[in-house]
Amino acid sequence: MESLVYVALFAPFVGSLFASLFGMSERQIFVGVVASLLLFISFLASALLAANLYITGDVIHITMMDWISAGDFNVAFGFVVDQISVTMMTVVTLVSTIVHIYAIGYMDHDKSFNRFFSYLSAFVFSMMILVMSDNFLGLFIGWEGVGVCSWLLVGFWYHKPDQDRKDNPSISPSWAANEAFIMNRIADLGMLVGIFILYWNTGSLQYDEVFAKLPELSESVLVGAAIALFIGAMGKSAQFPLHTWLTDAMEGPTPVSALIHAATMVTAGVFLVVRSNPLYSMEEVAGVSMFIASLGTFVAFYAASMALVERDLKRIIAYSTLSQLGYMFAAAGLGAYWIALFHLAAHAFFKALLFLGGGNVMHAMHDELDLFKMGDLRKKMRGTWLYMGFASIALVGLPPLAGFWSKDAIIETAFNEHTYILWIMLVITAGMTAFYSFRQVFLSFHGEDRHTALGFHPHEMYKFVLAAMFPLAVLALITGWFMSSYKEFIYKIGESVQYEMSDHTHHLAIYLALMVIFIVLSSITFAYFKYARTGEKAWKRDEEKEQGFFYKLLINQYYVPKFYEEFITKPYAMISEVFWTKIDLKIVDATVDNIAKFFYATGDKTRSMQTGNLSNYLNWMAVGAMILLGVAAISAMIGLGGIDG
Amino acid sequence: MFENFIASLMTVEGFAFYLFSILTIGLFLVTVLSKNILYAMTSLAAGMILISGFFFILGADFLGVIQIIVYVGAIMALYAFAMMFFDATRNIKENNTNAPLVFILGGLSALMLVMMFAAPIHSDAIVALYPMTEGVGNVQDVGMVLFTKYLIPFEVAALMLLVAMISGIILAGKKMDNSLTEDTSADDEILITKDEK
Amino acid sequence: MIGLSHYLILSAILFSIGLVGILRRRNILMLLFATEIMLNATNIAFVAISDNYGDLTGQMFAFYIIAIAASEVAVGLGLLIVLYKRHGSLDLDDLASMRG
Repeated sequence: MESLVYVALFAPFVGSLFASLFGMSERQIFVGVVASLLLFISFLASALLAANLYITGDVIHITMMDWISAGDFNVAFGFVVDQISVTMMTVVTLVSTIVHIYAIGYMDHDKSFNRFFSYLSAFVFSMMILVMSDNFLGLFIGWEGVGVCSWLLVGFWYHKPDQDRKDNPSISPSWAANEAFIMNRIADLGMLVGIFILYWNTGSLQYDEVFAKLPELSESVLVGAAIALFIGAMGKSAQFPLHTWLTDAMEGPTPVSALIHAATMVTAGVFLVVRSNPLYSMEEVAGVSMFIASLGTFVAFYAASMALVERDLKRIIAYSTLSQLGYMFAAAGLGAYWIALFHLAAHAFFKALLFLGGGNVMHAMHDELDLFKMGDLRKKMRGTWLYMGFASIALVGLPPLAGFWSKDAIIETAFNEHTYILWIMLVITAGMTAFYSFRQVFLSFHGEDRHTALGFHPHEMYKFVLAAMFPLAVLALITGWFMSSYKEFIYKIGESVQYEMSDHTHHLAIYLALMVIFIVLSSITFAYFKYARTGEKAWKRDEEKEQGFFYKLLINQYYVPKFYEEFITKPYAMISEVFWTKIDLKIVDATVDNIAKFFYATGDKTRSMQTGNLSNYLNWMAVGAMILLGVAAISAMIGLGGIDG
Repeated sequence: MFENFIASLMTVEGFAFYLFSILTIGLFLVTVLSKNILYAMTSLAAGMILISGFFFILGADFLGVIQIIVYVGAIMALYAFAMMFFDATRNIKENNTNAPLVFILGGLSALMLVMMFAAPIHSDAIVALYPMTEGVGNVQDVGMVLFTKYLIPFEVAALMLLVAMISGIILAGKKMDNSLTEDTSADDEILITKDEK
Repeated sequence: MIGLSHYLILSAILFSIGLVGILRRRNILMLLFATEIMLNATNIAFVAISDNYGDLTGQMFAFYIIAIAASEVAVGLGLLIVLYKRHGSLDLDDLASMRG
């Protein structure tokens, strides 16, 4: 079993190294094929581990080697394969494999094809380290690794020029990559502080040892660690107020958006909270957990509201990711860790499917993402239409698809915990989700044909790409059916992840579910009548409405990016300018320059000594000898004085 | 102080020392300051001989003899030949522009060295490495030390002298009319570059 | 009584005379003369110290200095002859081709 762990972990790494060998050369199909194959091997290993764990229930702990050993500080490269990590491993490798195969088709015309695969596989490797590590430091290494890969991949088309915020809200890929990276650094500082607090007070970084010592710690320490770690999670999972990078990260290639910014990396924050569930489920940090749940609910609602008016296909999906991450945090904050994890897995499947479908549309429309320029694409892209419709149904949570089971469980949890405000907000968000998801489907695939007039001639994606997406569709369908067996599986970890609805909620559950389904269905119907009809009643763009207050508020993302720009970016740039012109140029640089100038001038002035006349040289030599003699005499005198005195 | 001086003058060693000192300083001053090279060389040779006198006073008989043989016999002869070659009886006009600086530097160095040497020596820990053997003449003593403890430096010095001799012959000989080697291409080259100038 | 200091002071004076010669004269031959004076001055100091401590090491040094002086004269005069052939003069002021 141990070798399987290594295979699962290092197969993506090998793939990345292999692809990087060809990084600078021409597009080679086999590079993508090999990388995908290695990931598939990694997936097989993960799946075998999961099956083994399911059957035997034996958690695997392995230590590869000692890593840091300094005094009392000992950290080993250790890995743990338990129910939580194996869930993540399977999801990550499966989605990665499909996305890799998809990318072979999607990146077909890109000249940096090979480079793309080396980054993508490196990302999977980092993600595996993140989820498999048995200590906080390994988690942090993986955490930073995925951050770097995300930066590389968002900025993959770094040669695109910067645009005005009005034309393109994310300005340019390189700008978006930097934004994502810098925001994550801010959050990572919080996470580091959290890790330091835990180490300082428990003397270890191993999960088991840290969690075993938690009951001995004081309340302030626990709360501090919980908050600091959650700040890290907020950055990676793009929770308010560090959320703006996620939508801008859509500048990256679509496979990247599907893999990193929907299915895997952004869920690392949720994973962290779930992994640290012994900490977050403690009595003392109930306030923090409640805050997590409230923030999650707020973000779910907040992101969904912005998605209502968005015109950019990928950004809508990004908002829905944000919204679903909010759901996960709501569940985790309320103590239903296994439901959060289950929603994470289900979400990974249908969101990846949705994104890849979006990628197909984008590919067909020659990188045009404006929904208003599409319409009636279903006749030309039947496969994609089916996939996206299917994924949207899974997203909005209609039975029997995956989204229904997991999302409904979260909403039930909110009801069960008597946090009715959260519950109402989550229900409303579910309705909003249904509306914007189907608004997007109807605007792009139904209604009047608006794209032909604009000169677009969309075509369906390659067959193998559509075939590769099929497993995701199957999973989006069936994942929910295994909810009870998954519950049984993950309950073996211990009491801290177990969560059961009360009997009262249990009785009401069917009515709650029906109510949510009713709201969702009516939202979809509303969207259908507004956007999908053709002929006279076809949807028309209403310029007047777009000047309304709420519309402008939402389309400008509540002016949060503008606020950041005005109150953080610009003052920071001003301060930097001052430091540059006043301190760096006038003091630091000037010092260095003057030293150089001094020597230059000295050399220039004393060059006249070089007369070429030996006699002059001898004179100078005599002067120097005199000075040395003088020094010797003086030091001798001082030395004598010392002996005599 | 002065009585001491007189007293020391009365001894043979003291008298000789002061006499030789005054003569040496005077002769060397003539060497350094004289316009005529012939005078300079003659006084230098005389000074060398007087320095060997100091060696005799100090009991370094062998060194004194060597001083006379090497300096006056060999080196001075070399200089004499060289002077004949250069036609050095002709006075070379020298423009001694910064004379004050020269004398200040010279005087200062003398002052400083004298001050340093006049200072009492504190360290009593100096132990003779190769002490002089009692009852043995200086020449024998020197021979014993030179051919036992200083054998390798001695051989190296011999080699150095050989190298110096060969280089002297090559440097000077090539330029004589009857060259020791038949190959005169190097000369031509030198002459050509001289003509170009 | 004549002590070590007497010899050392004499040596210092002779050394300074040599130094003055080196600094003052422009004739290269005179520079060689002045060098001889300085070497002899140090020889006196060595022998005097040797006598003072009853140690032969100083005399040994003096021997080697004499050997070096002899070699120096041989090579130096050879170089002077070459120089004289090329420039027709021994004046240092005529030899400023290394001017920087």
